[in-house]
Amino acid sequence: MSGLQLLWFILIAVLFSGFFFLEGFDFGVGMAVQSLTHNENEKDQIVATIGPVWDGNEVWLITAGGALFASYPFWYATLFSGYYLILFTILAGLIIRGVSFEFRKNVPAKRKQFWNWTLSIGSLIVPFFFGVMFISMIQGMPIDANGNMSATFGDYINLFSIVGGVAMVLLSYLHGLNYIALKTTGPIRDRAKNYAKFLYGILYIGLVAFAVLMYFETDFFRLHFATTLTLLVLMVVLTVIANVAVMKDAEITTFVASGSTFVALVALIFTGMFPRVMISSISSKYDLLITNSSSSPYTLKIMSYTAIMFLPLVLAYIAWTYYIFRRRVKHAPVLETK
Amino acid sequence: MSIVALGRFQFAMTTIYHYFFVPFSIGTGLVVAIMETMYVVTKKDEYLKMTKFWGNIFLLSFAVGVVTGIIQEFQFGMNWSAYSRFVGDIFGAPLAVEALLAFFMESTFLGLWIFTWKMVSPKLHVTFMWIVTLASSLSALWILAANSFMQHPTGYTIKNGHAVMTSFSALLKNPQLWYEFGHVIAAAVVTGGIIITGLSAFQLLKKKVGNPDFYKKSMHIGLLVALFGSIAVLTAGDLQMKALVKEQPMKFAATEGLYKNSGDPAAWTLVAWANENGHKRVWGVEVPYVLSILAYDEPSGSVKGMNAINKQLVKEYGNRNYYPPVNVLFWSFRIMAGFGTLMLLISLLGLFFTRKKNQLLYRQKWMLWILGLCTFAPFLANTTGWLVTELGRYPWTVYGLFTIKQSISPNVSVASLLISNTVYFLLFTGIGITMISLVVRELKKGPDYEEKLDEEEKRAAKIDPFDKEAFE
Repeated sequence: MSGLQLLWFILIAVLFSGFFFLEGFDFGVGMAVQSLTHNENEKDQIVATIGPVWDGNEVWLITAGGALFASYPFWYATLFSGYYLILFTILAGLIIRGVSFEFRKNVPAKRKQFWNWTLSIGSLIVPFFFGVMFISMIQGMPIDANGNMSATFGDYINLFSIVGGVAMVLLSYLHGLNYIALKTTGPIRDRAKNYAKFLYGILYIGLVAFAVLMYFETDFFRLHFATTLTLLVLMVVLTVIANVAVMKDAEITTFVASGSTFVALVALIFTGMFPRVMISSISSKYDLLITNSSSSPYTLKIMSYTAIMFLPLVLAYIAWTYYIFRRRVKHAPVLETK
Repeated sequence: MSIVALGRFQFAMTTIYHYFFVPFSIGTGLVVAIMETMYVVTKKDEYLKMTKFWGNIFLLSFAVGVVTGIIQEFQFGMNWSAYSRFVGDIFGAPLAVEALLAFFMESTFLGLWIFTWKMVSPKLHVTFMWIVTLASSLSALWILAANSFMQHPTGYTIKNGHAVMTSFSALLKNPQLWYEFGHVIAAAVVTGGIIITGLSAFQLLKKKVGNPDFYKKSMHIGLLVALFGSIAVLTAGDLQMKALVKEQPMKFAATEGLYKNSGDPAAWTLVAWANENGHKRVWGVEVPYVLSILAYDEPSGSVKGMNAINKQLVKEYGNRNYYPPVNVLFWSFRIMAGFGTLMLLISLLGLFFTRKKNQLLYRQKWMLWILGLCTFAPFLANTTGWLVTELGRYPWTVYGLFTIKQSISPNVSVASLLISNTVYFLLFTGIGITMISLVVRELKKGPDYEEKLDEEEKRAAKIDPFDKEAFE
């Protein structure tokens, strides 16, 4: 395994972490539009918190996909064709959600509700199926000698993958609630915190179920005992931190902790897979490895130069954007006349 | 139905649909940036109004462009996994670079542009829009770098049955890339100019139009942009065609419907119909000399026909059918070139008839109708242009290296493809209808709507002077 291969394995993990950290709260806010709010003004208020940034956050996914294609074409090809219907559902979710930001703003009032629903449902579908995809992937999938995966329904949808999907939804929802608490004023801010306080109790149960299933359904504990255990413990610790912080109204800490949980989760998945990128349930001979799925050293080198040159610039203007929009979105009272 | 046919259908449907909105956004984005710049320079409110009004239409198209764009990156892996494995070492890099260099910039600065009207200085604000325009053009450059490799592979070697990159700069120096880039960007500029011209014309045709000067000025800017773009399109297209004669003779011969070798000098076929199975032309109308001029810039020189090229390709690459769908290519090319030329003429005449001395155009309803109907012309030209480029590469995905049949994902079922095709179709239809109805709604609201909204907001703010959070 070359250093560049390892670097890009890590970078893919970083890009997915960035995606879930940032788009995670967008999904949460999207779901909250139909589940947390009491009136149209509150819906507008929380959508406004992510209005300027959601599109940029989604680019993390596009970059992760592009980087996967460029640095691990065999992984990309196996994963994307193997998870055809799952990824298709994710795309459909991203589509109905993506257009609803612009559409709900412009449609006549009576149709706005429809696009609120597409926003919420799309925001629910995407993290759920990403959870299903990654968790079924780490259990091993039927991949043949040519790297083609032909799985059946039970391979995709099983107890562990559903727990994974629900966990992703719950984590995104909580992350969104924490973001709303951080970015708004008025009744919605308190309501978001109350919801979060309640949901953290459920998340603990989810995390325990997740850890137990991981022990039985994957080889992570057998192959990478130390890192797997450490990262699982880290996820629990981060959840405790977020939970305590939300009780103490430490909004920034809560938000950072809930976002970091995603990073720990991605790290858990990637370290557990290492040095494989796809696990074959037919035979370990057919596993896709870091060493045999990557691009040529030359392509990896070119990609590395590009990333080193431009990633800092990208991160700088993204950070600047968050700074520009640092102010809380004010709560607009409902007018009697309307 | 075979998975290859269904996969091809999906690629055609999703890219054509996506590509309705790409040049729409790049083009109208550019015009909006110009309008806002004029506002910053002249400080006249009417330009601000224009920026906001056309900016809203730009944003609608951008939103649909973004969501349909993600499909493109995913479907290479989903539907064309064998292709992705074959060419990933080369093809993936420009896609990743596109996301890193262009998409982040585009989305971030667009977010800034939409939400900072009241937060930053007008100069900084217009800069955001220019950055968005620059980023969209950059994204076009990278995706076309990937496409150009498919059209004309450079800087690679074949290793263990896969294409491996040997030179990244060769990817960027590919002459095909610069023809395509020039053509695509210029066409986007035309698209933006014509859409704004055409929609303004429709508005002027209404019996009660609140602010005719607003639309006249918008139209004038649109026409100027379209004229500039049209000239560039024709130049780029001409250069591209001359390269095509050498690089992809089959595509060129098919767009001319030429089965047998032409005479010298070569006559150009205006209209024709081919019997594709019999490999011969059924009928056609020819104009002498013109094809030689188009191909070589001089009134002599013959052009090879498809029958001869097919024989040559069989010898070079093995025995298979190399004839592309001739009638589709022949007519697509004529629709593209015809509408391209038409838009050049329309923008010239439009500017002539709206000159200060004699503004005949605004008095002649039929002229406004023509301009209005022109709104649809760039969409037709853009689509047919890509049909020529992509279908004309038949039977290859990467010219001379990898065929369409080899490219498909072997593990994807017909059922999966049918489901995704159906749902995409329904989603696209729903989104398309909503998009059009919202553009119409925006047009009905008119340019003064934003101002009224602002006033209402101010009034609403006055109702609640005790809002404690205002001081937080």
